[in-house]
Amino acid sequence: MKYIDEFRQQTLARQLAGAIRKEADSSRTYRLMEFCGGHTHAIFRYGVQDLLPDNVEFVHGPGCPVCVLPTGRIENAIELAERHGVILCTYADLLRVPAGLGKSLLKAKAAGGDIRMVYSTQDALQIARANPEREVVFFAIGFETTTPPTAVAILQAQAEQLQNFSVFCNHVLTPSAMQAILDAPEPVAIDGFLGPSHVSTVIGSQAYEPFAEHYLKPIVIAGFEPLDVMQSSLMLIRQLNEQRHVVENEYTRAVTREGNVKAQRLMQTVFERRDTFEWRGLGLIPHSALKLKPDYAAFDAEVRFQLPTIKASDVKGCECPAILRGAKRPVDCKLLGTVCTPENPMGSCMVSSEGACAAYWSYGRLRDGRGKQQKAQAGKA
Amino acid sequence: MRSFIDFKNGKVDLSHGSGGRAMAQLIEALFVKHFDNELLRQGNDQALFGVEAGRMVMSTDSHVVSPLFFPGGDIGSLSVHGTVNDVAMSGARPLYLSAGFILEEGFPLADLERIVISMAAASREAGTPVITGDTKVVERGKGDGVFINTCGVGRVPAGVTISGNRARPGDAIILSGSIGDHGVAIMSSRENLQFATTIVSDSAALHTLVADMVDAAADIHCLRDPTRGGLATCLNELAKQSGVGMMIDEQKIPIKAEVKAACEILGLDPLYVANEGKLVCICAAEEADALIEVMRRHPLGRDAAIIGEVIADDDGFIQMTTAFGGQRIVDWLAAEQLPRIC
Repeated sequence: MKYIDEFRQQTLARQLAGAIRKEADSSRTYRLMEFCGGHTHAIFRYGVQDLLPDNVEFVHGPGCPVCVLPTGRIENAIELAERHGVILCTYADLLRVPAGLGKSLLKAKAAGGDIRMVYSTQDALQIARANPEREVVFFAIGFETTTPPTAVAILQAQAEQLQNFSVFCNHVLTPSAMQAILDAPEPVAIDGFLGPSHVSTVIGSQAYEPFAEHYLKPIVIAGFEPLDVMQSSLMLIRQLNEQRHVVENEYTRAVTREGNVKAQRLMQTVFERRDTFEWRGLGLIPHSALKLKPDYAAFDAEVRFQLPTIKASDVKGCECPAILRGAKRPVDCKLLGTVCTPENPMGSCMVSSEGACAAYWSYGRLRDGRGKQQKAQAGKA
Repeated sequence: MRSFIDFKNGKVDLSHGSGGRAMAQLIEALFVKHFDNELLRQGNDQALFGVEAGRMVMSTDSHVVSPLFFPGGDIGSLSVHGTVNDVAMSGARPLYLSAGFILEEGFPLADLERIVISMAAASREAGTPVITGDTKVVERGKGDGVFINTCGVGRVPAGVTISGNRARPGDAIILSGSIGDHGVAIMSSRENLQFATTIVSDSAALHTLVADMVDAAADIHCLRDPTRGGLATCLNELAKQSGVGMMIDEQKIPIKAEVKAACEILGLDPLYVANEGKLVCICAAEEADALIEVMRRHPLGRDAAIIGEVIADDDGFIQMTTAFGGQRIVDWLAAEQLPRIC
């Protein structure tokens, strides 16, 4: 496969690092929020921070679908498997997310729940076709990237008159999250955004133009490869130095201004906005999530199984909410590495490999010596 | 006893594990026939063999791989290689194997025969006969076709002391070849994930490579095959056992382009993907070049490379300089990346 190593080349990285060092004004700091978990993961996995000057700082954003899903929705899913006896089809990274009372989908599966790991909506449809006597529910999560495939599955199920297939819809909208962060009562200091990568292939770069204009923040749509992250950081630093604040597109090999119009139409056909939706860390955000339109209610698991709204509380001391807003860093959490580890996650940021805590803990905890300290403390405890 | 077993269309049934005539026929017509050797022919519940004075090692491994047949091998050959390698990682010369089969009612006898033939071929090639065995049958739905447990014994040459707790700061870390082939080959043949690839499993018996290495440098400190959990897990285990840290260089780790591409698509980190024909060797730095030379002369060590060094670190961190030029930790595997890989 071409185009893997091309975007991870050390020589180019060094050149970019030199350019950033030259461009960055040493008398100020640059706080850049990388919006997506994919960016966070790349930053830690490749050690991008090591190549940047100290005054260029990444603030980890909320763009990890698993991380922003409130635990109440996981409890709904567990209920679907346990109480309603459905075959629950889910993406793998949801399995370990801790819900209330020490529950998780993985534990529900071990206790006999028919919970199956799928790689795509098509797998879930196939399971529904193969088990006509069982109810099959697809646990749909994600931003605009994973929404069109869910729409396709619903339209397919309708065309095939699949009576036993439904979708538990948790799709959320990226621009709403960005707005929530910028409108927060105590806004986090952010100078600019590394804009969503795959999401933008669908919604296009124009979706962010109002933010750049209204909030005077530069936004650069950035690919997920480490060189993308560096190039985009350089573009942001340049805009900041020139006091510009526009949407620029670094990820031109995949993103256009308009985005994928066909996919957008599919979403509009099947989904409509909810009045409000709870985001972990960001709270209730109006019009920030999608539900199935009444025309497709037959495929809506929330309607079919009359799922209640569960207000779940997060683990005490867990800083995931503040971390997802960019208000705190993983190192600021007292649970990190002591009771909260990838093996035994307390919060969702530790579960998904895209979560800021998991990325920091797995790849970067030696960076500030904190990992060592905590290991020692854990040993004493 | 003549065989009336229909290996073409027949299925495993409960009588094949009952201890009665059907079981005896299956053993005779299948296991004894293909594994055939003098010790097995003794026909007892145990195999009797003489041993030389010295030190022996023993290891056991259960195989539950899914699917049973994959590019580059099957559960039969894998069950030989897995145990031969576990024995060999002590520096020992593997001598004998046992084989325990747990069969599921309804499993096609044709598949079972294919597996046993492959297993027999692997054991012959490795020079480690299967000298005792066991067969059990479980009801349909209580197993998944076939599970195989193998146990192996081997003799450790005098003067060889290879153990996971012997890595010392300054030691060199050698890897025998490219990583991730087995895990990706398995994934590519999984039912819900089929994709076209030319990657085949690296499943192989490593004991002749080990023998060459031990001949060249008797004081190898550690040997381990990076199977489940991949290279990352293997290095973390050794670091923990020895109470040291490690510093490795991503650019020195051989990975095939196809494996890298497949991992990219599947969202896997090749450092955590299983291998079944690779080894990690830790030795004094001054012995490393000689060992690399010997390894590269062996077909299973052609791509051998020094990938890093052991450093002092009470916390046992594995650190890596990324190909990109940054630093990261290579941590323990947190969750199962790929279930039932061996």
